[in-house]
Amino acid sequence: MRNRPYALYTAMAFGYAFLYFPILSLIVYSFNESRLVTVWAGFSTKWYGELFQNEALLDAAQKSFMVATVAATFAVTLGTLAGLALSRLGRFRGRTLLSIMTSAPLVMPEVMLGLSSLLLFVSMQQLIGWPDGRGMTTITIAHITLCTSYVTIIVQSRLAQLDDSLEEAAMDLGARPWKVFFLVTLPIIAPALIAGWLLAFTLSLDDLIIASFVSGPDSTTLPIEVYSKVRLGLTPEVNALATLIIVFVAVVITVVGWMLHRSRASAAS
Amino acid sequence: MQTFSWTQLWFDVFRRMFAWLGSWRREIHHQRGRAIVVGVPLVWLAVFFLLPLLILLKISFAEASYEQPPFSALVSWGEDQILSLRFNLANYATLIADCSDPASSLYCYAYVNSLKTAAISTVLALLVGYPIAYGIARASSKWRLPLLLLVVLPFWTSSLLRTYAWIGILKGNGVLNNTLMALGLIQEPLEILHTDIAVYIGIVYAYLPFMVLPLVANLVKLDPLLLEAAADLGCRPMAAFFRVTLPLSMPGVIAGSMLVFIPAVGEFVIPELLGGPDSLMIGRVLWSEFFTNTDWPLASAIAVALLMLIVVPTLIFEYVQAKNSPEPKR
Repeated sequence: MRNRPYALYTAMAFGYAFLYFPILSLIVYSFNESRLVTVWAGFSTKWYGELFQNEALLDAAQKSFMVATVAATFAVTLGTLAGLALSRLGRFRGRTLLSIMTSAPLVMPEVMLGLSSLLLFVSMQQLIGWPDGRGMTTITIAHITLCTSYVTIIVQSRLAQLDDSLEEAAMDLGARPWKVFFLVTLPIIAPALIAGWLLAFTLSLDDLIIASFVSGPDSTTLPIEVYSKVRLGLTPEVNALATLIIVFVAVVITVVGWMLHRSRASAAS
Repeated sequence: MQTFSWTQLWFDVFRRMFAWLGSWRREIHHQRGRAIVVGVPLVWLAVFFLLPLLILLKISFAEASYEQPPFSALVSWGEDQILSLRFNLANYATLIADCSDPASSLYCYAYVNSLKTAAISTVLALLVGYPIAYGIARASSKWRLPLLLLVVLPFWTSSLLRTYAWIGILKGNGVLNNTLMALGLIQEPLEILHTDIAVYIGIVYAYLPFMVLPLVANLVKLDPLLLEAAADLGCRPMAAFFRVTLPLSMPGVIAGSMLVFIPAVGEFVIPELLGGPDSLMIGRVLWSEFFTNTDWPLASAIAVALLMLIVVPTLIFEYVQAKNSPEPKR
């Protein structure tokens, strides 16, 4: 390039600063001595100590992790089946319906998903007596439905990139369809499944709106608990919690990224 | 001439239904694996996604009541053995009546304001996101992935906490005001928190990755030879950008804009935490109608109207996407 595009560099630097400034300020003020979050009064780790003594927050975190783990696992199972059906089975009855139902939750506002799920659970309870009230089960079901769409998109786009000659070769050699899936397809799409599981886990862990609609009195998840604290104003404990989540996410992304990179490199060699 | 007969009609309906079920049964019998792969997600989504939307539509025609659950039944057996079907249009009438009086309207104001807020935020996201995407697309392959990861990484942390971070930055004695005052750029703190500007910032921040990713995917495909040709023909870099790069990247611009606009219309947390009392958005109105006023039928009617608001732009988007991407060959 003849002259370096300084305007572009400036705009990019501004963009990245915009992305990371809030995160940095969250982290910095989690180590603040003062309860007034935005006034610096010296370094301290006391809010981390308080965080680990906050029973309500810890309990909510535990519930959220349980819901997210179960929801992500179910969503990966359902999403893999749906992705497989949409990209490998050609034409079948209900294909259009399945394709609409897997992509619609992506564009639908969460308030709508939450409200409609709640109305379903209330109607079902009236008609067949299940689910009995609202709680962890209803949150998990609603999250599975939301996350399945995301996993389907990931699996479907991964399968679309792959050409199916390997699978066809295995079938020509006499492998039965389920054997082809477990021995050929599954290992190839495993990275996509890991990415899908992580995305589903994050979405479930992060969801405030759907959970607020379908939660019961004793199923306060982490976002609901955090939201009720945040509405009352800034609290350094929330900053400490945010810092822990950011560190956790950064570590997981780096490790998974490195593992995927290594497996790809070893596959190439 | 054949006369119309109800018996014949019912017979026909049942015959077709059984024929359809029978063909399903045969299909399941012949290809059990296929049936499981298709059937399990299909049934799950039909029960937990499609059915709820139908119930939502049904309850939007109900009346609010003080019973548990707080809405009236649509179909009921009267004491005089009369099956009555009651469609209550009052919820939609409320929404329409509200719109005919712009001065005191709540729902209409919220709808228009949602669209306005989402549109302004989308334009701002495009202005912030385009240079990032352009830079990533032009970067060497060694830098491209790390730069892209840095854009996506914040998305993986809690969106609630990322919105919360802006409260600390934007409030009266927040980080931004303290910095600007210390630098002597302003004498009095700027009032940004609890205004529409804070909502725009929050939405742009939350949805920036959705703008950048489609733009990068599009800009990477741009042939640098086109720009060289433009330069050889005497086009200045700026003019080349507006006459070559920007028009060619329109599919990416549209895709990114829709991915920001659509979720932003129904946003709840950002206007609730960062906005003021008049940054009403439809998600907020629905929320308060449901949780504060416990008027489930009216909340459902608002949701149905919101669906209409989302479905139209989505259909346009799908249409544009389908037109721009060539049919995948199999």
